[in-house]
Amino acid sequence: MSTETLEQTQEVAVKKKSEDFLSKRRKKILSDPLNDDNPITVQVLGICSALAVTVKMEPTLIMAIAVVFVIVFSNLIISLIRNLVPNRVRIIVQLAVIATLVTLVSEVLKAYNYEMFKVLGAFIGLIITNCIIMGRLEAFAMGNKPYDSILDGLGSGIGYAWIILAVAFFRELLGSGSVFGFEVWNSIGLSGMPNNGLMVDSIGAFVVLGLIIWVQRSLSGYVEN
Amino acid sequence: MELFNLGIKSIFVENMIFAYFLGMCSFLAVSKKVSTAIGLGAAVIFVLTITVPLDWIIQEYVLKEGALAWMGPQFAETNLEFLSFILFIAVIASMVQLVEMIIEKISPALYGSLGIFLPLIAVNCAILGSSLFMVQRDYTFAEATVFGFSSGIGWLLAIVALAAIREKLKYSNVPDGLKGLGLTMLITGLMGLAFKSFIGLAV
Repeated sequence: MSTETLEQTQEVAVKKKSEDFLSKRRKKILSDPLNDDNPITVQVLGICSALAVTVKMEPTLIMAIAVVFVIVFSNLIISLIRNLVPNRVRIIVQLAVIATLVTLVSEVLKAYNYEMFKVLGAFIGLIITNCIIMGRLEAFAMGNKPYDSILDGLGSGIGYAWIILAVAFFRELLGSGSVFGFEVWNSIGLSGMPNNGLMVDSIGAFVVLGLIIWVQRSLSGYVEN
Repeated sequence: MELFNLGIKSIFVENMIFAYFLGMCSFLAVSKKVSTAIGLGAAVIFVLTITVPLDWIIQEYVLKEGALAWMGPQFAETNLEFLSFILFIAVIASMVQLVEMIIEKISPALYGSLGIFLPLIAVNCAILGSSLFMVQRDYTFAEATVFGFSSGIGWLLAIVALAAIREKLKYSNVPDGLKGLGLTMLITGLMGLAFKSFIGLAV
């Protein structure tokens, strides 16, 4: 036990010398998923549990925060234990870590904001099967150091968050005429603006996301074969 | 008769994909060819039909408030519901593993065609989602079984239909940014619109 800790401290000492706190490479890890390598629009991950909550801005924000929390901490934990986990059982270990963190989120939400917990319902539990989280654990945290993994998780989480917030913005604005519950049309004198029922429905989410993907990909120049 | 109605409802009206967006990841990723889409859909039906009733048993006899009463009066007030996520996902992951081993043993041909998709199913939101909905909606055992099976059928229907459309789309000239995912999302929206017409079914 003592030799192990000694080795670890030595390793940490070596690491500290090697790289800045926010070196160029690390900034890239953080910023890539925001646009060029966005988890939703480019990697096509994590669409499952995201769309259903984007009818209104507020639950979407809660969902985004929950996902960022889970992805950062699961990346950190898996990265810390990556050398202890046998390859054959890694999926189960990853799922167990994610499920524990999601349970934590769900209990906290239940305790402090029960109304929102009821609105989100089963979809909080479905963060477990959000492919972004599994994907980042497999692709990044299993082979990288803890601090890098935190940055990667943060980047992917925020890349996911801004897309679903954009979807929610348009769906709430066009479907309910408000943003965060604030009546936009009424306050700028357009009280006759009709609400588009399709936007509240699931179909609106597909169409809005499809269009956002189109715009985002045209801007970043990504073409799928 | 009620069970039959529930089945029809879960296939068409409350389709896993068009009404709840569940299982979208594999729905988008594995819908390029009809034959692979059918394979994955069949595997999803299989796993759903097994896991939803199994999770029902766990929910009813282990997790629910007072569910442990059969072990003795001192457990009558235990509520283990906060463990449901971990237990459900464990059941799903191990069932998928088990199904994979059984299929490999019994039918190597089927295993060859399904092989790569089976591990994917463990993280398919439709599977975990069905179990969580089953808890939310207080189904009985028979209802849970029918619900699991017909949710799977609805999922298969959706992915096969999308794969058929995408096979045709290969030959169309699409704007660069819209290629692939963007267009697929728009098509899914239109398909969802078509599925909306089933709301009128009086079930």
